[in-house]
Amino acid sequence: MNKLATRAAYGDAIVAAGAKNERIVVMDADLSHATMTCGFAAAYPDRFFNAGIAEANMTAMAVGLSEMGYIPFISTFAIFGTGRAYEIVRNSVAYPHSNVKLALTHAGITVGEDGGSHASIEDLALMRAIPGMTVLVPCDEDQTHKAVQAAVEYEGPVYIRLARMPSSNLAEQPFAIGKGSVLRDGQDVAIFTCGLLVATALEAAEQLAEQGIDAAVINMYSIKPVDRKLIHQYARKCERIVTLEEHSVLGGLGDAVAHELLANGACPILKLGVQDQFGQSGKPDQILKHYRLDRDSVCEDIGSWMRRD
Amino acid sequence: MQTHTLSLTRKGVQLRRDILTMITRAGSGHPGGSLSVIDLMIALYYGKMKIDPQNPAWEERDRFVLSKGHAAPALYAILADKGYFSRDDLAGFRQLGSPLQGHPDKKKLPGVDASTGSLGQGASIAVGMALAAKNQQRDVHVYTILGDGELQEGLVWEAAMAAAQYKLDNLTMMIDNNGLQIDGTNDEVMSLGDLAGKFTSFGFDVIELADGHDFGQILDALEQPAENRPKCIIAKTIKGKGVSFLENQVGWHGKALSPEQLEVALSELVVEDVAE
Repeated sequence: MNKLATRAAYGDAIVAAGAKNERIVVMDADLSHATMTCGFAAAYPDRFFNAGIAEANMTAMAVGLSEMGYIPFISTFAIFGTGRAYEIVRNSVAYPHSNVKLALTHAGITVGEDGGSHASIEDLALMRAIPGMTVLVPCDEDQTHKAVQAAVEYEGPVYIRLARMPSSNLAEQPFAIGKGSVLRDGQDVAIFTCGLLVATALEAAEQLAEQGIDAAVINMYSIKPVDRKLIHQYARKCERIVTLEEHSVLGGLGDAVAHELLANGACPILKLGVQDQFGQSGKPDQILKHYRLDRDSVCEDIGSWMRRD
Repeated sequence: MQTHTLSLTRKGVQLRRDILTMITRAGSGHPGGSLSVIDLMIALYYGKMKIDPQNPAWEERDRFVLSKGHAAPALYAILADKGYFSRDDLAGFRQLGSPLQGHPDKKKLPGVDASTGSLGQGASIAVGMALAAKNQQRDVHVYTILGDGELQEGLVWEAAMAAAQYKLDNLTMMIDNNGLQIDGTNDEVMSLGDLAGKFTSFGFDVIELADGHDFGQILDALEQPAENRPKCIIAKTIKGKGVSFLENQVGWHGKALSPEQLEVALSELVVEDVAE
């Protein structure tokens, strides 16, 4: 299967978007060859601004750019863009509902060799907690293009979470802010997932089928707003929910899904993700295995949970 | 006194009355810094900036960012006087449901170009605005005012570096240098050292004003062109300026005057008393 990191897809998508819309400008904080905004910088040098290694200033400057009519996309690693610059995102970007797009790469534990200091495991939690923030996690190349386009068309702050690790290109899916997409139907359990673990969930579902467990797989690329209807529909249908994300189980997709189900009473939920730990150095696929986010571990954990009672 | 500066001085007295009345009515707010900064803002709004209060969203207007957002009463007094909204609305300052939030909220109030309050961020926003205007080749000048204590935020210096890097000669950063902050003097809390030297070395044209309440000095400084680089005006001001018992008092940073104290203050702020 053809693979591409969503950060690389973003690099292409933002050039394509820039060709269509002259209001789009890009800022980076000295990481343009890692976030892949270097393509935009080469194509549109008069619409690319390097902030230097100053993520906080980049974020607030982007607010100024947006006030003057530009649509700024700002890029750095997710750990810095949502972490170091958090309060600026909160007060200067989101509080006035500025039209600033955070396209942040190297999110999650699959940042790899750089290790735990660079592995953002709480970015979804931070961004989800801010009123009016839209949070998107595209799972592949096509979705990344669509997420960028959706962010351009939407007036307001958007966080797009992008990965360093290549992920499998899946069949094309429709994309809309606030929607999820059912990639595989099932009766016994519904796996809600996002980003590069969508492909993992599909593989795990194949394996679960061999054990007699019929699992649905739902790509929740829109973490906020979240597709409530789909969550309730599958809670009714399967009566068991699994969430799977390359993020802390605290505050991310798992909690977004659980939040919707709390009011409706009992529906057992298994939250798979980073279990309140930091990331660490290693090859991305080794790391996923270590944190039990590879296909086999996911399959085992879902299987044993399903058989427990 | 020249006619223009006389009228600005009188405006200063009038607006100080509005500021203190607003804060006392709310029972909270920041009188000291509002009174130190107001004359710098009057010079901008009544003597320099290209604005149209009838059309707050006019794209070619100059922009103003009150980076020291806690001086919101000063901004509100001016915007009301200019007609961006009714002076009656000043009574709602800090009240539930009012567009006059404790710190400026651009979503809620016409005439506010940036939501501020968290220190340092306004300066960065202003740099972004100036960069955009320059890139778009628009005749828009961006003004931002920072407190001196605010300069302890590292973000300000990130913004200053960027302003010089992008040669933002359409940006004027003004420092309300009253020397005081919440916990004491700047020197006691965290000394700012050689401010003029710092901004010069960061690539700014620096103008120091001995009296940031002297409209002649302020307007002269605003008129001086900066070539290929941003401008920084460091204005020596007096916290609580205009009311004897507020002047140079650390304790009046974020505390409202009682109705009785307000009465005494207003008796010192009489427009007709401003000598020609």
